[in-house]
Amino acid sequence: MESYSNAASPLRLITSEVRPATELAKTIEALLVVASQPLPVEDLAAAAEVDVLHIGEALEILSERYSEEQSGIVLELVAGGWAFRASAAASEACARLFEKPVEKGLSQAALETLAIVAYLGPMTRPEVARIRGVNVDGVIAGLCERGLIAEGGRENEFGAIRYGTTPLFERIFGLESLAALPRADDLGADVTEIRERLEAVAEKRPA
Amino acid sequence: MPVRELELDLDAFEGPFDLLLSLVLRDELPLRELDLAEVVISFVEHLHAKGELDLDACGEFLILISALLELKARAMFPDEEAELAELEPEEAAEELARRLAEYRRAKEAANWLRGRLEERRDYFFRLGPAPLAPKVERKLAPQSPLKLVEALRGLAVEPPEPSVSHMALRFPPTAQFLDRWRALLRRRSRFDFDQEVAGLSRVEIAVAFLALLELRKQNEIAIAQSGPFAPIRISRADAERSLSWRVTATPPARSA
Repeated sequence: MESYSNAASPLRLITSEVRPATELAKTIEALLVVASQPLPVEDLAAAAEVDVLHIGEALEILSERYSEEQSGIVLELVAGGWAFRASAAASEACARLFEKPVEKGLSQAALETLAIVAYLGPMTRPEVARIRGVNVDGVIAGLCERGLIAEGGRENEFGAIRYGTTPLFERIFGLESLAALPRADDLGADVTEIRERLEAVAEKRPA
Repeated sequence: MPVRELELDLDAFEGPFDLLLSLVLRDELPLRELDLAEVVISFVEHLHAKGELDLDACGEFLILISALLELKARAMFPDEEAELAELEPEEAAEELARRLAEYRRAKEAANWLRGRLEERRDYFFRLGPAPLAPKVERKLAPQSPLKLVEALRGLAVEPPEPSVSHMALRFPPTAQFLDRWRALLRRRSRFDFDQEVAGLSRVEIAVAFLALLELRKQNEIAIAQSGPFAPIRISRADAERSLSWRVTATPPARSA
């Protein structure tokens, strides 16, 4: 009997050092329910006092449990971290109690400005205005107020203010990061096509 | 009545609004010479005379007048156009194509974002400031109360009076220069001030000059200077008084 318990104790030590993923999942679940912003894997690992490598398995368990099919709470990777949101099925009930993140939608001008800042930012108001061909002061102010873009430094020490997108922007549009935007080259006609069109118009014009 | 038929009577133009528009668009009427405020006033007066608010007319007018304002602003600050105009035609076409492509991309990206927003508009999530991070309590090493007394004692000592010695100007006595000038004038009947004070400090030069004024007051010398910043010449009061320019000369007589 004595020899049996001696053999068992080192085993117990090992299991307590490497926590099972289900246990770690509970800890991460708790951290995520307290957080009001997406938590990066590094933060989760630090709070749970485990190596980042061990977080992945626990997150897999949680992602399966908190999916649209399984639960009213959905776990997603967004804005550089992990966060809970309400399921799409619960949206009507939520709408009766809470305001939507973007209540009224966004105007074409706001979306274009947002796109320019997201792809080419951080950039100044004149730079955005140059691309859109019109003054963007009001649009920029509106986007700042909604928290989709924010001031981020200046062009140089005394230069114009630069604007960049915020983590809230990534969260509302469901982007893991700005790198998750489709490649700019895949968007729209390329320069040669437009130039050919311009030349075609120029030829038709009487000299 | 449609806005286009609005009759205008301006300094630069007289006729219906739509004629004004077509003349401007055909470059036959320079916008610079047009006072757009006058147009606005005419429209407002027209509205007032009508006595009712015609929202359609107001909307149309706003669109037209803002287009005119933008045209006028661009004509007055033609930087963008100049930038393109400076380029060779081919380069300008290239630049224009580049800008159009850039804008086209922005539009496409905006469309993508719109789709994304449509998909996700019904997703609710918690928003707000994160709960505060735990406060780290700073632990102090145990201290003896006597150390506190010690520290306080150091603070209670009256600080030493700050030294202002470096601020004092050293003024040599005027008498020193009085003696020097008198001695000089005994040997020579006239001398040049600048030559005599060359190499002295500013303060010493000032005191030397004060000494001169003192001598002049006592009528021992005459001081002459042919013009501003010209050399100051000193002579004994008895020597060639007629040539000297009197410092104390009275201004042209003014009846008292």
